[in-house]
Amino acid sequence: MHFVVLQFPASNCDQDCLHAVRVLGHTSEFVWHKDTSLGAADAVIVPGGFSYGDYLRCGAIARFSPVMQAVQQFAANGGLVLGICNGFQILCEAGLLPGALVRNRDLQFHCEQVFLKTVNHETPFTAATPADVPLRMPIAHGEGCYFADDATLEQMRARRQILWQYCSMTGELTDDSNPNGSLQNIAGVANERFNVAGLMPHPDRASESILGSTDGRWIFESMIRAGIRPAAAQAA
Amino acid sequence: MKAKIVITPKKAVLDPQGKTVQNALEHMGYSGVTGVHVGKYLEIDLAPGTDPAAARVALDEAAHRFLSNPVIEDYRLEITD
Repeated sequence: MHFVVLQFPASNCDQDCLHAVRVLGHTSEFVWHKDTSLGAADAVIVPGGFSYGDYLRCGAIARFSPVMQAVQQFAANGGLVLGICNGFQILCEAGLLPGALVRNRDLQFHCEQVFLKTVNHETPFTAATPADVPLRMPIAHGEGCYFADDATLEQMRARRQILWQYCSMTGELTDDSNPNGSLQNIAGVANERFNVAGLMPHPDRASESILGSTDGRWIFESMIRAGIRPAAAQAA
Repeated sequence: MKAKIVITPKKAVLDPQGKTVQNALEHMGYSGVTGVHVGKYLEIDLAPGTDPAAARVALDEAAHRFLSNPVIEDYRLEITD
């Protein structure tokens, strides 16, 4: 499976994402924000960082860059798109995901390990994740407080678009385990079609044991399984 | 000619900055403050002779699409000489 990792001015987790999928035995390449084509992408990763200096709002300027037109088209065609941290903010700004990310409730930048409950296991981003095991991953953000209005949240719950929630080490959804004040402890969501997802925690920084956790692999593994299945079906 | 755009967080959105500033004002002894909302102010210079009505339509669109995020923010647009 071939992953394309976008690069904006001030992306800083682009190398991590490129490496994380290579560790799993798959190929990856960068696509620059001024490019208008995603090449031979089977899936797109919008990485973390501080694209365009986070000016105006996080992700607000990146979402109008030329490559994002190609990402909109890729997503409209059903392609898998994963946004991590600043990538999640960009996808929300682009309208590819519902809601928005605002300043953490305590106004602090949080750089720490969190635990995630996988809420919906039947998506291309979660299907490989073991049931009832909280995932341990790092976060590193100042604007990760998830917000959507009540009507949108209710729709998302009904459609099972909430994919990950911050939880305790033992999997309980407590206020203490919510690092940024996100509504309903939301750490990551998907679109209605479940081909676009985003999360604030970093699976890319939790994909090798030397980094302290390999739980992030489950998200990439899920995408890989989802991405490979249709191709195998076509060959058969 | 200028366009002035004031962007404020929607009431339903947590505004920890506003709350912190409000608390600081109270600690300093400024009583009677019942809320503070921290937003953004943009001043946009327009070429001389610009049609104010056309500028308002264009900037209203820009404010909705780009300068503010309607999910979390409201804005007010004003065109002045």
